[in-house]
Amino acid sequence: MSQTFLGMPSLPVFGTGNLHASESFPKAAHRELGNAQLRANLGHATHTIRDKRLQVVSELPDWEQLRDAGSAIKESVMARLPELLEQFEKNFTARGGVIHWARDADEANEIVAGLIRETGETEAVKVKSMATQEIGLNEYLEEQGITALETDLAELIVQLDHDKPSHILVPAIHKNRSQVRDIFLREMPGADPALTDDPAKLAAAARTHLRRKFLTAKVAVSGANFALADSGTLAVVESEGNGRMCLTLPETLITVMGIEKLLPTWQDLEVFMQLLPRSSTGERMNPYTSLWTGVTEGDGPQNMHLVLLDNGRSAALADEMGRSALHCIRCSACMNVCPVYERTGGHAYGSTYPGPIGAILSPLMTGIQAEENSSLPYASSLCGACYDACPVKINIPDILVHLRGVDVDSKRGKKKIPTQMDAGMKAASWALSSGKRLGLLEKGLPLGRLAAGPDKKITKLPGIAAGWTQSRDIPAPPPQSFRTWWANEHRGPDPEGGPMPSHNKGDQQ
Amino acid sequence: MSARDEILGRVRAALKDSPQVPQVPRGYRATSALDEEALIELLVDRLVDYKAQVTVVDTAEVPTRIAALLAGAQSYVVPAGLDTGWLAGVEYEPADGRRHLDSADTPLTVAELDGIDAVVTGSAVAVAETGTIILDGSPSQGRRAISLVPDHHICVVKATDIAGILPEALRRIDGTRPLTMISGPSATSDIELERVEGVHGPRKLDVIIAR
Repeated sequence: MSQTFLGMPSLPVFGTGNLHASESFPKAAHRELGNAQLRANLGHATHTIRDKRLQVVSELPDWEQLRDAGSAIKESVMARLPELLEQFEKNFTARGGVIHWARDADEANEIVAGLIRETGETEAVKVKSMATQEIGLNEYLEEQGITALETDLAELIVQLDHDKPSHILVPAIHKNRSQVRDIFLREMPGADPALTDDPAKLAAAARTHLRRKFLTAKVAVSGANFALADSGTLAVVESEGNGRMCLTLPETLITVMGIEKLLPTWQDLEVFMQLLPRSSTGERMNPYTSLWTGVTEGDGPQNMHLVLLDNGRSAALADEMGRSALHCIRCSACMNVCPVYERTGGHAYGSTYPGPIGAILSPLMTGIQAEENSSLPYASSLCGACYDACPVKINIPDILVHLRGVDVDSKRGKKKIPTQMDAGMKAASWALSSGKRLGLLEKGLPLGRLAAGPDKKITKLPGIAAGWTQSRDIPAPPPQSFRTWWANEHRGPDPEGGPMPSHNKGDQQ
Repeated sequence: MSARDEILGRVRAALKDSPQVPQVPRGYRATSALDEEALIELLVDRLVDYKAQVTVVDTAEVPTRIAALLAGAQSYVVPAGLDTGWLAGVEYEPADGRRHLDSADTPLTVAELDGIDAVVTGSAVAVAETGTIILDGSPSQGRRAISLVPDHHICVVKATDIAGILPEALRRIDGTRPLTMISGPSATSDIELERVEGVHGPRKLDVIIAR
């Protein structure tokens, strides 16, 4: 759902495409939690990668300095974005590339389809790209009679299974090896019936399946990890060589990239190429990184296009508290360490961007009121593991809290009848604004003890508070409040308060 | 209004609070202090960890080593600018069609490259700490396609081209050339996040470090 504020000069214009949760997070999470296989797969994968990441990160004595540099570089990119975009455009164009600007998902899709049509081709090979996932490019091209073939192994698995990605780095993280084998046997023409679930054998099967396509493809579509403003250089970071195949062999290369991916200078790459591989796959360096600057005569694609995509990024930028979400380099470290993601998986978030970063990025790009995206900032225990893991130090917990505030503010005054939450907050405000009032309320504690009964547990609260007791009990309250106890203990002759009493039965249950 | 002007307008409006441009603290390591032997040792360790095969030889032994590695190859391709001395150990019979020369002016087709078993290239610079070799399309390395399509890549790294850490290496190269950074043979972690070597890029990477 796109939202424009009519009458305003321009801002904010929100993004469209695959950025929405179509059902609320708690509902989706509840369903996903019922899938034991999914939980086992995710638990195994996220723990494997956590250990690897910690090991390679601890090898670097200057990891924290690299994070500080990365964070400051991205902050300066956001502050200087208009100037850097123009500088990049000038350099990329001077080297023979063609720049296209896309306001939203639909416009980007139309541009890419038009460029493919111009080549006369009806098939394109694709390098894994979050931006094209976000705009739903594959589905759009299919409607236009163009086949987009995913070549990254995990994307291929998802595409063959007619499934949706659930992780930004390893889109098929929710599938285990035997499920992958079953998908290959079912969907891959000519797959060897004797195929085992050995990952090496599965990778070999993907190689055979895609080889001919790579060697004959005339058009490729890619994303980009970085774009250097001072030279017009683009970078794709990958592992399998499918990226190199797509970026090198076809005649036409169409890259789709969010406007926030810029880095000011070549020197900045030395920071990000240390931060990204260690944070994402837990490797000291990923197997392959390709960098290209426009067209090189006689080497690689001779028709070079870049689609610069807004699609809600300018709206995220307009949120002063939230704009640092745009620093994200899509490493996925935050989801790999997240206790919520680990259990629910990526599909529960609805958006292309799942996990902690998705819980802030999606509502920032679409606006908090878009479909069920207002439920995403609550998909967190605010434990802060994501902030610790983030290579560019995005303070995700702070932005989650900020967006919860945005959500509450956006709903204020909309409903005529106050909700239970409104009533509760009003009551709390009355009680907590004066010691006397609180003291009066505390006189009701014995009632709580009564409600707890002989097992001294409250197992079911009424109304919206029922959510709290759904999976835990509340211990019976003490017979008296701390304030009452203190007053009783210090009623004696010693005006200084005296030593702490040794028999403080009051706080025992 | 064009999409370009509209997007730039939105971005400018989003920044109406004029956020400060921070100073970038560059307190991270910019240099390393390893001598040549230590650099070689570290590079070998890292390359082996990523399942590349590595040998360290004196420069004079490079031709013998290349010949040995090519023994099993029916055909191989080299960039036209490769040091011809490096191939001195390989028996050369122009008529047998075993050796292919490639350049931007006389490029092999993709189909031709697909029929070739191995490729021999030089390299621009290497990073010991990460086990990375950078190709920059110079005459000794050739077009990107030749080091991609054949399944066996034999790559010569001169000991003097080994940098300790990434910032040192990136300062030695021209970022506007077509660059490929290679760290081991092609690999994937896409199934259960466990790394397996050998997908679409060369499945076998032989590195010869020449000192």
